[in-house]
Amino acid sequence: MPTIYIDGQALEVAQGENILEACLNAGMDLPYFCWHPAMGSIGSCRQCALVQYQNEEDTRGRIVMGCMTPVTEGARFSLNAENATEFRSAVVESLMLNHPHDCPVCGEGGECHLQDMTVMVGHRDRRYTGKKNTHRNQYLGPLIHHEMNRCITCYRCERYYRDYAGGKDLGAQASHDHVYFGRHEEGVLQSEFSGNLVEVCPTGVFTDKPFLKHYSRKWDLQSAPSICSGCAVGCNIAPGERYGKLKRVHNRYNHEVNGYFLCDRGRFGSGYINSDARLDYAGIKKPDGSFMAVHQQQAIDTAASWIKHKKIAGIGSPRASLEANYLLRELVGAANFVAGFSDSEAEIMGTIVRSLKNTTASNPSIKQMEAADAILILGEDVTNTAPRVALGLRQSVRNKAFELAEQMGLPPWQDAAIRNLAQDQRSPMIIVSAMDTRLDDVASRCVSLAADDIASFGYAVAEVLAGGKTEDMAVNEAAEILLGAKNPLIISGSSMSHAGIVNGAVAVAEALGSQSKPAMLSLCVAESNSLGLALLVDSGLKTKPLSISKLAKKSSKLDTLIILENDLERRASNTDIELLVKAAAKIVSMDILENSTLNNSDLVLPAASYAESQGTLVSSEGRAQRYFPVYQPAAERLPSWQWLLQLADACEHKTLSELEHFDQVVSACAASQPLFTTLVDVAPMRDYRSQGQKIPRQTHRYSGRTAMNAGVSVHEPQQPEDTESPLAFSMEGLNRDEAASLIPFVWSPGWNSNQSLQKFQAEVDGPLKGGTAGVRIIQSTGLGALQSSEPAEQILKSHQWHLVPVHQVHGSEEMSANTDEIAELAGPAFIAIGQKVAEKLGVTEGDGLIVTQGKTDISLQVKILSRVAKNCVGFSAGYSETLELTAGSLVSLIKDQQWVRPTSQMIATDKRTGTQGGSAHV
Amino acid sequence: MLSELRTIWEVLKHTFTKAETVQYPEEMPYLSPRYRGRIVLTRDPDGEERCVACNLCAAVCPVDCIALQKDTREDGTWYPEFFRINFSRCIMCGMCEEACPTYAIQLTPDFEMCEYDRQNMVYEKEHLLINGVGKYPDYNFYRVSGMQTATKDKGEAQNEARPIDTKSLLP
Repeated sequence: MPTIYIDGQALEVAQGENILEACLNAGMDLPYFCWHPAMGSIGSCRQCALVQYQNEEDTRGRIVMGCMTPVTEGARFSLNAENATEFRSAVVESLMLNHPHDCPVCGEGGECHLQDMTVMVGHRDRRYTGKKNTHRNQYLGPLIHHEMNRCITCYRCERYYRDYAGGKDLGAQASHDHVYFGRHEEGVLQSEFSGNLVEVCPTGVFTDKPFLKHYSRKWDLQSAPSICSGCAVGCNIAPGERYGKLKRVHNRYNHEVNGYFLCDRGRFGSGYINSDARLDYAGIKKPDGSFMAVHQQQAIDTAASWIKHKKIAGIGSPRASLEANYLLRELVGAANFVAGFSDSEAEIMGTIVRSLKNTTASNPSIKQMEAADAILILGEDVTNTAPRVALGLRQSVRNKAFELAEQMGLPPWQDAAIRNLAQDQRSPMIIVSAMDTRLDDVASRCVSLAADDIASFGYAVAEVLAGGKTEDMAVNEAAEILLGAKNPLIISGSSMSHAGIVNGAVAVAEALGSQSKPAMLSLCVAESNSLGLALLVDSGLKTKPLSISKLAKKSSKLDTLIILENDLERRASNTDIELLVKAAAKIVSMDILENSTLNNSDLVLPAASYAESQGTLVSSEGRAQRYFPVYQPAAERLPSWQWLLQLADACEHKTLSELEHFDQVVSACAASQPLFTTLVDVAPMRDYRSQGQKIPRQTHRYSGRTAMNAGVSVHEPQQPEDTESPLAFSMEGLNRDEAASLIPFVWSPGWNSNQSLQKFQAEVDGPLKGGTAGVRIIQSTGLGALQSSEPAEQILKSHQWHLVPVHQVHGSEEMSANTDEIAELAGPAFIAIGQKVAEKLGVTEGDGLIVTQGKTDISLQVKILSRVAKNCVGFSAGYSETLELTAGSLVSLIKDQQWVRPTSQMIATDKRTGTQGGSAHV
Repeated sequence: MLSELRTIWEVLKHTFTKAETVQYPEEMPYLSPRYRGRIVLTRDPDGEERCVACNLCAAVCPVDCIALQKDTREDGTWYPEFFRINFSRCIMCGMCEEACPTYAIQLTPDFEMCEYDRQNMVYEKEHLLINGVGKYPDYNFYRVSGMQTATKDKGEAQNEARPIDTKSLLP
């Protein structure tokens, strides 16, 4: 640990860091722009200047850049020397030469790093009398708003978008003071991670377009710690609310999970919460099929009369919280509880849970995955099924570069130097999939195989690892890179709806384990709480858990069926749904948005979304994390756990009617099985206080409190009380030094932008001061996972193809697809084929194909992929048009002669929506 | 004793000086234009709403009696969808006027705002917006700076150069 001196003060600093990091770690405010903890230093903005002295006698010193100067034993610096402060002030002054005076109409205003740094260096008056440069803006799609005049050319956007996230369509153009950051022509940004530009840009060049439509300043947002429900990765998010509307979602730092970045589905996919299709009141179906709105109590009394002393069953949901699923299971009894997975998914989830419980491999966090130096991906298009993991994998392939840098004695933060040194050398990554994946560009080898063959590939690799031999080059290469690596990582998952692939991946991990090489095994699952639900049903019964189809067959003996946040159309065949609807005398269902299952029900209960309720989700990493309500549910909506608790109370349920608070539900759930005992530690309970007070959801500068409701009544209502969590709907209290799982937003004096995060971190780029949110609940026995035998091959007739699900980051997920911007990006449902098949069928991209699966015929638009396994065609999974298609089934294809080719309408759509469109983009 | 006598003398003396009080409301006092009374929202010289819904007035308000929501016009300019001042809370401190970057919000010399019903003290945008420029006759925020609008192209604001052609090779 070297000791350095800053303005005479001795500091013990970590070996290998730079002075900027050392200063920030010591709590000193040294301004910076281009440096980013996740992206390292390039020294381009010249802002973090300080003076370095040769020795104790040296009084003149020389100016050095903090981010480019490594710490050395006994080095002397000054932050406050006059020439250093003058230099920094002059840098900001020159950056401001061309910066427009449009802060009042800028979406970044109030959380702008440039504003903060300008105030910090004390620059105020403009001396330059020349004219300001201006630039034309570009249309960058429905998510990102571009205002190039505000640019200070720090290059963070390009470094993030191209170097970090692997994007190809945004970059720097022109030179000197003409530098421009944009696309080669207007158009939608192609990266799935483009939303992070909003947080990476230190000023307002890239701003959140959907947020701008109903903008509020950062200080006016009421925020709470939350968990993204877009997929199973469990990224931490901080949604903000104002006037009863969810305004935006920002990243919430979790050192081990999402770090500083989110995917676009997570950041922009919550618009459905403000949708008009939300239910406000409970409804009872009238004989004519329409619904009559009833009050909460009436709905509960009705439901209770249908449940009490009756034969009931319940269907849970992989997108509902663990607590809600637990309550439903207790209410209906474990023997009558269906997890709510589709039959095929239930089988895979069972396999995954058993594997994770027994495997010798570890289940890594994204942070751990970033340390992998050899990766084998089996069957998963990670960018579309677990997007944030893919961003992590783009960092793991850079470990080769860091290895080279270490040999050269370069510190890991020397970003430009390391990229220059490594060029295209990457750590090996082998992708075995049926079709193109979005990680193909950084893979060392891509293998296109049908689902069964992917599974066989896994087994073959395992065999070679165990000492077997094979002719297959790809298999040999995979075995070789895994054996040669320090931290091998195997990724697979449920997206192909093929349990064999998961088993193949487990076999590889076990084979590595038996070579006493600790492997990492990450299995992607579909929804935010898929794993939690699978764990819940896995240990309840000795017999196999009930499935939807089995329930449908025995439903004639059923009085009442309770459905929790589950649209059966997405998980069961139409015949099963018809059976259920016909047989069950009464159906009670609760959900967030209107859907066909609600329309089939006799009583519907309006459920609160994730932003209005609290609960625990178990991510694919096995990390249980708690989300808290950002604001109170409007009208008569209630969180599902409260509906179920009130139902249990009205039915005088033996154990559940004793529970009153959320914490008691958590404790009861934790006591229900050994794996769940740590659930009580996921987040502090409701009696937690920081500095004697609850954690405020509102900033200390929350405005308009005496006017926002005055339009309704001038008599100000009391602030709503939160009796269930340690957070308050208030600005009272201190947002500092609390547990990491409770940080609602980041702000620190002088640091209004998201860069204030460093004041919450224990050290730069380290965990938060309050630890890391979430608890990993799966403790593997380490006995080794059992593997089932290899799958048998199906025999194909000519002109038949295997259907392969193609997941899309925008469109495949049920809830986010109801957000306007996501729906626009998702585009129409498609059938994906290879070039050769397209020629054979006589179609080109944009044509129509009739897909025949059994008795169903669907016309879908053709999408041509560059890499498709033999005899495979892909379909857009999770789109409402393709719900009837089943992964793995055999289909035949004919050209649709009546198909009308769609015309591109991206820019026109933008103009129609008005707000930021039209001539403003010219 | 002496002090009491002196007080009586002082009071007596004032009997013969000119009275400062006026017979309000029959006689109206003169209040200077910079007097801090009823708040108005003004328009720019072109007749457009000046307010760009930047939220600075609401943020600076010590009693938090201003609430508004930003909306966007067809050409990308900002305006308040609603703008509400709860005058039953307002202390006429004038900080909103100081904070306003567009001279939209101004305090006027009108102080006669009494109501029998407190609810009538809540002013919405239609009550606040006047058809005039107030104390600053010439100022138009979007002509001076801000983003491109329907009537102002890039580079046409004050002190701005024409937009850069990034494809040009000229220095």
